[in-house]
Amino acid sequence: MPTQSEKKKWEKGDKEYGTSNVGAPFHLFTFSLFRVSHALIVLLFLAWLPAFAEPRFPPPDFTETNHQIPTTTTPSARAEWLQYLDVAVLGAGLVVALWCIYKQRSRRGLFWLGIFSLAYFGFWRKGCVCAIGAPQNVILGLFDANYTVPLSVIAFFALPLIVALFAGRAFCAGVCPHGALQDLLLIKPVKVPAWLEHALGVLPFIFLGFGLSFAATGTGFPICRYDPIVPIFRLSGPGLLISLAILTLVLSLFVGRPYCRFLCPYGALLKLASLASKWRVRVTPDVCTQCQLCENSCPFGAMREPSAGNVEPKQLTSERRRFGWLLVLVPLLIAGGAWIGSALAVPVSKMNPTIELAERYINQQKSPANYGPMTPEALSLQRAEHDSEALLKSATDLRHRFWLSCVIFGGWVGLVLGVKLASLSLRTKRTDFEPDRGACFGCARCFRSCPQELVRIGRMPAGDLPQSPVAAAAKT
Amino acid sequence: MSDKPKSESSTRRTFLRNGARVAAMTGLGALGGVLVNRSQAESWVWQIDPQKCLRCGNCATKCVLEQSAVKCVHAFAMCGYCNLCTGYFEPEPNALSTAAENQLCPTGAIKRTFVEDPYYEYKIDEKLCIGCAKCVEGCNRFGNGSLFLQIRHDRCVHCNECAIARTCPGDAFRRVPAKQPYLLKTTHAH
Repeated sequence: MPTQSEKKKWEKGDKEYGTSNVGAPFHLFTFSLFRVSHALIVLLFLAWLPAFAEPRFPPPDFTETNHQIPTTTTPSARAEWLQYLDVAVLGAGLVVALWCIYKQRSRRGLFWLGIFSLAYFGFWRKGCVCAIGAPQNVILGLFDANYTVPLSVIAFFALPLIVALFAGRAFCAGVCPHGALQDLLLIKPVKVPAWLEHALGVLPFIFLGFGLSFAATGTGFPICRYDPIVPIFRLSGPGLLISLAILTLVLSLFVGRPYCRFLCPYGALLKLASLASKWRVRVTPDVCTQCQLCENSCPFGAMREPSAGNVEPKQLTSERRRFGWLLVLVPLLIAGGAWIGSALAVPVSKMNPTIELAERYINQQKSPANYGPMTPEALSLQRAEHDSEALLKSATDLRHRFWLSCVIFGGWVGLVLGVKLASLSLRTKRTDFEPDRGACFGCARCFRSCPQELVRIGRMPAGDLPQSPVAAAAKT
Repeated sequence: MSDKPKSESSTRRTFLRNGARVAAMTGLGALGGVLVNRSQAESWVWQIDPQKCLRCGNCATKCVLEQSAVKCVHAFAMCGYCNLCTGYFEPEPNALSTAAENQLCPTGAIKRTFVEDPYYEYKIDEKLCIGCAKCVEGCNRFGNGSLFLQIRHDRCVHCNECAIARTCPGDAFRRVPAKQPYLLKTTHAH
């Protein structure tokens, strides 16, 4: 403990503090000593310990002025109950979306719901809490016993999925702020060519696999990290992401919901779930007259045309054979993907901060790189030196986990590509124009293009219903 | 649709669909059961452990917010109220005055006020503080260590993955219960 005279001397202006007569403890931190042997560091540390236990400069008691020592302010975190409000708003939003899609068949209702969701989940909650990132929390919760998933995150993960299993992507329709923002911006939709739509359509599944395999190893949440919409909600972010966000916004003026269709990993889950949905959106309120007016009403490429009559048995046989071969290809693709995954595991694992530090520490032993004093790189190396054994051990463990998750991810990519290829050869019998179960966001745009719907809501007298080409053809 | 006779493929599809839905619901239920069993109702927020913080300066630049949610806070009860505050002054100040060239803080966020001879009080103006930890380094290396960094929860947007935590060289970030969202330094043990 420094005496009063020492302290006075110090306060008089010791110009060389840290190097001369401020006492041994401070030498520990000077950089000349960073590379001395561990033994010396431990010795110095022990010598320094007693000084650590008490303040170098005893706090004054202010006998003259009776000055009140202020307390440290601690602005509280968000109140606990507000997370239940988030879940309640999510639940209510889903109910309203379902009501707008199925009962009211109202685009306007979904528009206003979208604006509300954008304001609440987007600009008010700043994009966190969010269903899109929730699968990562869920998988980390499964693999890491030390990580507890908050109940609200479980609800955000499960509720939209349960709704999708029964009634399609009502979450996408008007509750997701990401979707709402892109939907509101869409002014001049351009039709994406089918081949491009199919090719880009596998990206969400691959991104989902990427996010989950990273989260499972505890490397972080890449789905949140590379989200191109959230920087807009926060009006700030890393430069690269801001430019990506602006690109997404500009793109969504002309391409309907580019993020939802070609990247959103939660959308991929919802797509799978709604393929099994009990109810679905139909363009017409009752009977389809085959007028084909709804053909181009969907800006998201989800409208499917009726299947063309009977197929030649010969063509059908060749298609069946192709489908069979593609099914055989699937396991090969999975195996190939897994092999590539295992080969890439080591370089990819450097994205994990612990493994990266361990690698840098080992390299530093071989060929020391010179990092500036007090830089994050130098400081983390210092930490690595302090407990190198534990670091290397946890890095080795992590690398094993990484290898496994890279193999699974590679296999997953193979599976996605294989199933996509095989599904291209599938035929579906369709008599009417119908939105695809998986691709339909439930935006309700197509309803108003149907003359039956216009009659239903009283916008058109029933007598004006156009003759359907099929009926007309039957007459003649 | 119900009055139409269902074709064979339509019933097969419906059967597959129903099967997939039941399977998915069962899976979701099991997953939810496992997680809810493990989960706690309380929410978690990010915080810096001041004992692990290495004062590298990442907090000023890596936060997703324009102005970092990490600020310097002052445990006044630990402070020596020094005239020559090594958290406030440059290593070789021209004079022990509040002139900007003598200050360590790049934004002049520390306010120095005279209390009684020879004691001065140092307060952080959070609107100006950028969380660069220069003062924290000065105070910890040569002083009592009463200045330290904390995430201010009135500013933090509670990212799912904290962008600073990912790059923290000291591994000082961790999730803490939202009810006790600060890891404050307190007076010395004795």
